[in-house]
Amino acid sequence: MADPNQTKRVPTRGPMLETPRRNAILKKLNARPTVRGSAIALAVLMLFVLIAPYFAPQNPYDLMALNIMDGRLAPGAESMEGGRYWLGTDSQGRDMLSAILYGLRISLLVGLSAVVLSTLIGSFLGLLAAFKGGWIDTAIMRLVDFILGFPTILVALVLLAVMGRGVDKVVIALVVVQWAHYARIMRGRALQERRKEYIEAAQNLGFPAWRIMLFHLMPNCLSPVMVFATIQIATAIVLEATLSFLGVGVPVTEPSLGLLIASGFEYLLSGDYWISMFPGIALLLLILSINIIGDRMRASLDPR
Amino acid sequence: MSQDKTLLDVRGLRTAFHTEAGAWPAVDGVDFTVRRGEIVGLVGESGSGKSVTGFSLIGLIDPPGEVVAGEVIFDGVDLCKQTEEQLRKLRGDRIAMIFQDPLMTLNPVLKVGEQMREAIFTHYPKTTRKQADARCVEALEMVGIPSAATRLDNYPHEFSGGMRQRVAIAIAMLNQPELIIADEPTTALDVTIQGQILYQMQKLCRAHDTALIWITHDLGVVAELADRVAVMYAGRIVETGTVDEVLSAPRHPYTRGLLDSMPSTAEPGQRLHQIDGMAPTLAGREIGCAFRPRCPNAIARCAEVPPENTVEGERSYRCYVPLVQELV
Amino acid sequence: MSDTAVIELRDLRKRFEPRPDLAQRILTMAGKTMPKRTVHAVNGVDLTLARGEVVGLVGESGCGKSTLGRMVAGLIRPTEGTVTYKGRDAATLTGRDKLDYTLGVQMIFQDPQASLNPRQRLHKILGESLRVHKLAAAKDVPARVDQALSEVGLSAEYRDRFPHQISGGQRQRIGIARALMVQPSFLVCDEPVAALDVSIQAQVINLFMDLRDRHGFTYLFISHDLGVVRHISDRVAIMYLGRIVEIAPAREIFARANHPYTQALLTEMPNVAQRGRNFTPIKGEIPSPLNPPSGCTFHPRCPHAMPRCKVEAPKLEDIAPGHRSACFLNDTSAA
Repeated sequence: MADPNQTKRVPTRGPMLETPRRNAILKKLNARPTVRGSAIALAVLMLFVLIAPYFAPQNPYDLMALNIMDGRLAPGAESMEGGRYWLGTDSQGRDMLSAILYGLRISLLVGLSAVVLSTLIGSFLGLLAAFKGGWIDTAIMRLVDFILGFPTILVALVLLAVMGRGVDKVVIALVVVQWAHYARIMRGRALQERRKEYIEAAQNLGFPAWRIMLFHLMPNCLSPVMVFATIQIATAIVLEATLSFLGVGVPVTEPSLGLLIASGFEYLLSGDYWISMFPGIALLLLILSINIIGDRMRASLDPR
Repeated sequence: MSQDKTLLDVRGLRTAFHTEAGAWPAVDGVDFTVRRGEIVGLVGESGSGKSVTGFSLIGLIDPPGEVVAGEVIFDGVDLCKQTEEQLRKLRGDRIAMIFQDPLMTLNPVLKVGEQMREAIFTHYPKTTRKQADARCVEALEMVGIPSAATRLDNYPHEFSGGMRQRVAIAIAMLNQPELIIADEPTTALDVTIQGQILYQMQKLCRAHDTALIWITHDLGVVAELADRVAVMYAGRIVETGTVDEVLSAPRHPYTRGLLDSMPSTAEPGQRLHQIDGMAPTLAGREIGCAFRPRCPNAIARCAEVPPENTVEGERSYRCYVPLVQELV
Repeated sequence: MSDTAVIELRDLRKRFEPRPDLAQRILTMAGKTMPKRTVHAVNGVDLTLARGEVVGLVGESGCGKSTLGRMVAGLIRPTEGTVTYKGRDAATLTGRDKLDYTLGVQMIFQDPQASLNPRQRLHKILGESLRVHKLAAAKDVPARVDQALSEVGLSAEYRDRFPHQISGGQRQRIGIARALMVQPSFLVCDEPVAALDVSIQAQVINLFMDLRDRHGFTYLFISHDLGVVRHISDRVAIMYLGRIVEIAPAREIFARANHPYTQALLTEMPNVAQRGRNFTPIKGEIPSPLNPPSGCTFHPRCPHAMPRCKVEAPKLEDIAPGHRSACFLNDTSAA
């Protein structure tokens, strides 16, 4: 054990000890990245996905660029023009790599918009329910219970059957189903925070109710909602992929990863695996990275 | 009722917490002794390291904290060198601990009787169920809980705060320990309930000749309950002695400052004597004497080297310019 | 008395009745009677506070002192009884007068950490009230904030910090500074030093006394710590289970405590001057305001309880000039 009488002098005040076990423990502590690190990682990922299509070798939606003679080519095959289809082509002659890059963007856009809208709507309603109480609280919470009582896919299917296909309609369906979670989380946290004395102090200072709700209560209830939202991006993407796979999601002209997987389904057994598998792997990687980052963020935001 | 035999001898105890910036000693070289049957008050404000000291004695410090130096000699055995297995045998049997929040001692999902029996069976597995129950009822009655036999079947939440703490004390006393370490057990309780708890502790310690370390910030409680007192500041013990010596004629300026800040010692309506400034944070301690920035009597030497422990008969203090008021 | 009275409380009561949820309402309609779980927090309090005086309110948990404080500050509405502010019933005030009352009676809270918005910097916390109520021109706000900081003993460099970057004692000072911004005349202090270390307590108590000397505030000082209350108060009221059981000038309470509960509190108060005390505490638990004992609520724990105490509740009676106590022991005449 280190000599206890040797205290190291440091530029800042206070005696500090040198101990052999110190470094091992420090390494363990540094394994947890900060919230800022996670947020940056997430932003970079999203940026990449959003601009990636500009680097795609082909625009898979431009029907003029497609050559049906290039259909169902295996990965690595050469195209008619001399380029290479790195991940093969689908039955229409679309380059899988390009289709995946475009599809990733659609998936991410749908996931993000659904989450942002759900967060806004759900948080506001949850906050209102907690702050006002009474019949408003009861009404909103019973609605939340009602929505959460149904399987998500079922509700989305019904809505899309009514509304028809389209990226915007998919987002609407996702929002209608998802906002209830946020409302519940926000309300739970807001009920706790509302009892705290700084809210009473704000009332004592004669601030109007809306001011207290928006500037005092809400900022302090955001963190559990933010954490949940990060995870929900992945969930929304999977949901959209499922709906598209079932054929009720995005239209064929703007295929997302789910639709790509679906379109390749019938060819799986005949050996043209790449049409379904590569979009599937891309989807998996996207969700995995979002989940890992979200998980890190959650661990850092919960230091207690 | 203390014999001269020393039960606990703490020498040079140092407990550090590892952070990204370095290892900071929350307990920075602590020495004190406890005799059999003696009640010692360990007094300090928040950040003084008193609770960490209590936990360090029986190896309850978890990473990022670590006991880095010192000896804790309990009845001839150095606890710092014991394995976790050996310490576990001691805890709950010969040394017991009472925490500030009784729900740290009590498991909320187990009946009180089950927890008490577990404490007995762990150390004395040959005890029969009947014997164990009898001991439990006896312990509960000793701490003044009415209808003890039926209350064994209650859960902790069915007791009030004060009663929960009494149950915690009963569990601590079950195996008739030689030493109890109590970390602020009555801080969260009302004054009349605190009185009841103090009464029980005093009665039990006298009856069983149990030594008690009472960790608190309340000098009044220490004055009434303890035989000896140790005052802690910024991780070091700055003064020890009998309660009478330290509280009537303190040597250390911090002890004096504390006593003078108390409203009960001041003239009503007059400005209270205050110790300016704040206690240092873990990383912000002085290289010399930690109290120097707030001390009215500081000299140049105080900034260079921390004062050594000066022993004066039964008492001791760490100060270059001690107060010299004599006991009347 | 009414000319100088700032706040008058008359037969103030507060009951908390949790509203029955859906299941309970259905059961009630089906005919099953549900037990009413009413918390009698404050059970008939009369108190008058004159301008410039400091009244200490002492009691243990469950006695209703915090609820009473909040009713005085207007944060909780009384179930029965009146709070009179400057001669007018606070419940009837509207508009300008209501704002005057809200800002005129400010509360200092117990938990310094919970009483500050963790997301606001200190200058925002202090300056917000000025901006919202247009109490100062926008360009004057920073100067006012700095002035408030220095008045509570903090340097201007603290203005950009967050609450978690300052200590407990400093947070409490910010709480006080925030109250001062709206220029109140009355401060309700709800256990303001309970969460602080002894050496910091002294600093904050001195601050309270300085402010009183400087501004002439009236205080309702709520605490469980008799030592602190004695030091700062002119009069002391002892509360037990929703009622005031004794009220007297501070010196009187300590020299000639009358009510058995007050006597018990004084005995139990840890005293640094005492050595090796043989504890003889009062028996029994603090009763819950859900289920207060009949008659005199203290009778289960009172060493002098008489049969009468179980049946009747004693009223506050004058036993000496300015000294009132609610105990049948004072009743020398058969009643």
